[in-house]
Amino acid sequence: MILEQLIDIFLLAFLAIISIAIVRIRDVFSAVMLFGIYSLVSASLFLMLAAADVAFTEAAVGAGISTILMLATLGLTGREKEKMLVKKKISLLPLVIVVVTGATLIYGIVDLPPFGGADNPAQVHVTPRYTQQSMSEIDVPNLVTAVLASYRGFDTLGEVVVIFTAGVGVLLLIGGRRRREEKHADE
Amino acid sequence: MNNHMILRVVGKFLIPYIMLFGLYVQFHGDFGPGGGFQAGVIFASAFVIHTLLFGVRETQKIAPEWILKAVSSAGVLLYAGVGVASLFLGANYLDYDVLGAYPVAGQHLGIILVEFGVGLTVASVIMLIFFTFAARGEVDGDVS
Repeated sequence: MILEQLIDIFLLAFLAIISIAIVRIRDVFSAVMLFGIYSLVSASLFLMLAAADVAFTEAAVGAGISTILMLATLGLTGREKEKMLVKKKISLLPLVIVVVTGATLIYGIVDLPPFGGADNPAQVHVTPRYTQQSMSEIDVPNLVTAVLASYRGFDTLGEVVVIFTAGVGVLLLIGGRRRREEKHADE
Repeated sequence: MNNHMILRVVGKFLIPYIMLFGLYVQFHGDFGPGGGFQAGVIFASAFVIHTLLFGVRETQKIAPEWILKAVSSAGVLLYAGVGVASLFLGANYLDYDVLGAYPVAGQHLGIILVEFGVGLTVASVIMLIFFTFAARGEVDGDVS
């Protein structure tokens, strides 16, 4: 138990350190790599919360594919942040917004039920049905798959359509231009 | 990355195992962690490695854009089609109970089909997006 808490503190501290590093670093390439590491640490944290499926997705999508896509974008745009952005001009408004939002969130935490409590709203709504009936209703040992693909089939259909739409959007935005450029090159 | 002998050899060695692992995650998702989303990403990452090693032109010979477009639509259609099939068999949309001889068998069949649809769409969309980015870089490189 104490070991788990130590690992949690260690990982959360790492997340904080990486976030500060991303904010402060000037080299965009390094920032992208730090984002990848951030995702990997998040994945470890999800694993500590016994959410293996989420950790799996975070490691594959967050640390893998997102980093690759960011690097591919950097290959097109160049890795140095423009000097224009570095100019030191202190404006108070963003700081005020961040502080107010953070204070609101912390105020909201006070009303939350205790972490992992047995009679939390999240634990007494549909979860008993999932945990107790899914073996007789669906007979799939991985409860997450049972919930995602069967109980929550509509949600997952929506997610697949979102991914499909993302692909269509990218192709419409920058897929066609390449072909036009090639045509111009041929002419 | 054409000159990096070690990366080429190790990458080529890894690609089939990554694809195999992707298939394992896809079809073992009922029993262990995993499912269509993760499997699709892992399967696509094998093609990403191939692109990094041999260039986007070579990879697009294996996985042409029109096939990926067809597969990405086929995944969504497979998922939605399972729902339509259950409608025709007299149940609610995406109620897999009626797909098999008895409810649990129907649930198994429905989940496997649906997850396969998810995997198809995720893998092909990620490959499409990556190829689009990678190919633009190459075209721009040629022009400049």
